[in-house]
Amino acid sequence: MTDAGRHPRIKLYTLSEVVDVKGCVGNFDVKILKKARYVDEKECTACGDCAQACPVVRADEFNHGLSSRKAIYSPFPQAVPSAYVININECLGNNPAVCTKCVDACDKKCINFHMSDEEIHENVGAIVVATGLEPYDPTEMDEYGYTRFENVLTSLEFERLVNAGGPSKGELVRPTDRKHPRSIGFIQCVGSRSARKGASYCSNVCCMNTVKSTLVLKEHDPDVNVKVFYIDIRAFGKGFEDLYTRSRRLGVHYVRGLPGTVEELPDGSLRVAVENAATGSIEFYDLDMLVLAVGVKPAASTRKIQEMLGLQLTPDGFFLEAHPKLQPVDAATRGVFYAGCAEGPKDIKESVTQASAAAARAIRLMHDGEILTEPITSRVIVELCRSCGKCAEVCPYNAITVDVKKKAPAVVTTAACAGCGTCAAECPFDAITMNHFTDEQIVDQVDALLAVEPKEKILAFACNWCSYAGADYAGVSRLQYPPNVRLIRTMCSGRVDEDFIWRGFAQGAPVVLVSGCHIGDCHYIDANHWTAKRVEKVRKKMEKLGIRPERLQLEWVSAAEGVRFAKIMRGLEQLRQSVTPEEIAETVNVLKDGKK
Amino acid sequence: MERPEKNQADRPRIGVYVCHCGLNIAKTVDCAKVAEQAAGLEDVVVAKDIGYACSEPGQQSIKDDIMEHGLDRVVVASCSPRLHEPTFRKMVQSVGMNPYLLDMANLREHCSWVHMNEPEAATEKASDLTKMAVARVRGLEPLEPERLPLTKRTLVIGAGVAGIQAALDLADNGVDVVLVERRPSIGGMMAQLDKTFPTMDCSI
Repeated sequence: MTDAGRHPRIKLYTLSEVVDVKGCVGNFDVKILKKARYVDEKECTACGDCAQACPVVRADEFNHGLSSRKAIYSPFPQAVPSAYVININECLGNNPAVCTKCVDACDKKCINFHMSDEEIHENVGAIVVATGLEPYDPTEMDEYGYTRFENVLTSLEFERLVNAGGPSKGELVRPTDRKHPRSIGFIQCVGSRSARKGASYCSNVCCMNTVKSTLVLKEHDPDVNVKVFYIDIRAFGKGFEDLYTRSRRLGVHYVRGLPGTVEELPDGSLRVAVENAATGSIEFYDLDMLVLAVGVKPAASTRKIQEMLGLQLTPDGFFLEAHPKLQPVDAATRGVFYAGCAEGPKDIKESVTQASAAAARAIRLMHDGEILTEPITSRVIVELCRSCGKCAEVCPYNAITVDVKKKAPAVVTTAACAGCGTCAAECPFDAITMNHFTDEQIVDQVDALLAVEPKEKILAFACNWCSYAGADYAGVSRLQYPPNVRLIRTMCSGRVDEDFIWRGFAQGAPVVLVSGCHIGDCHYIDANHWTAKRVEKVRKKMEKLGIRPERLQLEWVSAAEGVRFAKIMRGLEQLRQSVTPEEIAETVNVLKDGKK
Repeated sequence: MERPEKNQADRPRIGVYVCHCGLNIAKTVDCAKVAEQAAGLEDVVVAKDIGYACSEPGQQSIKDDIMEHGLDRVVVASCSPRLHEPTFRKMVQSVGMNPYLLDMANLREHCSWVHMNEPEAATEKASDLTKMAVARVRGLEPLEPERLPLTKRTLVIGAGVAGIQAALDLADNGVDVVLVERRPSIGGMMAQLDKTFPTMDCSI
């Protein structure tokens, strides 16, 4: 930790959040909001005189409320930077100053109430997302009595109690009477592996964390009676089984089954009722203290970061990697990498391994000092351009400039173009085209698909990042759906030109699907808004032409929604069966003369 | 969308490779039949089914064909392009072809794996997907990537154990790092732990 704090190449911003990211791989422009600390970080020597003087007492978050701190405080003894901080919402000395006891106590005059939040801009070539986890809050699992009984703790609270730097200086005492507990029970999978409350996935670290805690307990006091209530003990890692057998050898009693109820006895002890799956009987245990092995949840900031960087999430809510086996630390967005629990629950060793891998991937990317850009960018056909300005209006990246007044043709800044193709789809004169996804290339695919037996086939457009990936996910999950659909991949659903849809119907397609990322998740900022508008427009025209608008469908599918993709495919097939050959023939006839 | 007919001499020369992916595709899709149907398509010079297109011998046989038959466009009908498009782009590039003259048909994730109980319909779909890729590849144009300068710095969001490790590895390798932490101190969850498994030593 201290290494990171004083490394000459690391610029550390604490109390800070990334609030906006623009640009792309190689050149991201990052906006950071640094909140005021109200204590000079460089001058403060962490002597603590200010905290002594501070009259405001609050629960200490670091010790999970098991001890107290002042409104001016050091987060914990080894904190980096080792400067005090004021929680301004708790402080009495805020403008107009009424207290200022800390200011008077500070010899070095480090405290300054006039500090304000700062907005900082940084340019970077790559981003590592290491936003960590949130522990599961067991208040909803009231059958274990966490909110009602003081001697029921979470594994993190327990952790602080046995920590030498913790509120009890490492001496294990139970909260109600500060006596050493003679018997302790651990309940596993609190908030994990449950379809009812918490999450359905395994949180990965709680089994071994409990095994570790039992060993710590036995070290403190070899005679303490320890019970672990579990579903399975997952001790799969290197050296894990050894620890588990050591724990058993030391007399820790592992009971297969999760308690049904917990009751408090008059002396503050807890009576646990559990169905032991090994014996098949209901058993009761009276324990001095109970520890809930809480699971791992995605960090609260996950959603915000996901939107900012155009990332994808798994159904569990953790970040989705570009490929689960071959690119486990890369995001699908080039130049973004994952480290630690942001990507999924993991222990320290795995977090460190992934972090080193993420660093190596970032170095590999930046090593040459230059970046090869994808040539999939838009191109203006100057002769056809009438300088209407539509392309510039729809471009999410402001990569196109058109001088409408001077009637000068549009100009694309290729370095800024991300390749969504919305401009090419929206241009009323076909004067802008998308490299590698030209009108001709896509129309050729439509024609090839509908050349034979078009009435049997569903034409579907899918964006590379979400819906195509969602279809891949359905494949990987072996979800079965009707075989009538054929996908055409575009980089973004914004690329799907009205003409492609009309072409499909004119060639006899019974049903056309346009699919992309969910609104808000678009890989190209908000290009899919134009998709939505366009589809709506086409449907209105269809109605006017007497074509059933339902035959054009718009669906948003994320990269992790394989189940949803398969369900949509089943729905489309039903829809296809409802379209009669006569209906198709009539549509083909209506569209024959290029009328629309 | 009518285009002038090209002379026989400037017609594209397309190679089509239908991958079995062991049994992943071949168990459901009749790969030989798909290749046979592709062989009959306009401009297709070679069409073959192949055990593992991505394997070293698989790639070599495609490269040999490119040289022998003077292919200028390649369709690999195998898995998702999200997985192996870079692999096959590199493959064609190694024998002097522009990597953007390659296309893939997704016969695994979008066909054999999702229509396991309907081998005939799956084979028909596989044929269609291959035909669509051939149609697309015919019209593809060579493209050249551009080289742009980049900022040799990295932003690390979050300074728990993972963020700290990533920042240190980057910084020790000469990359400047911007490390951003929401809380007043770095350390994250790890700083709150006492002993850590499996070594039972302290965390900080």
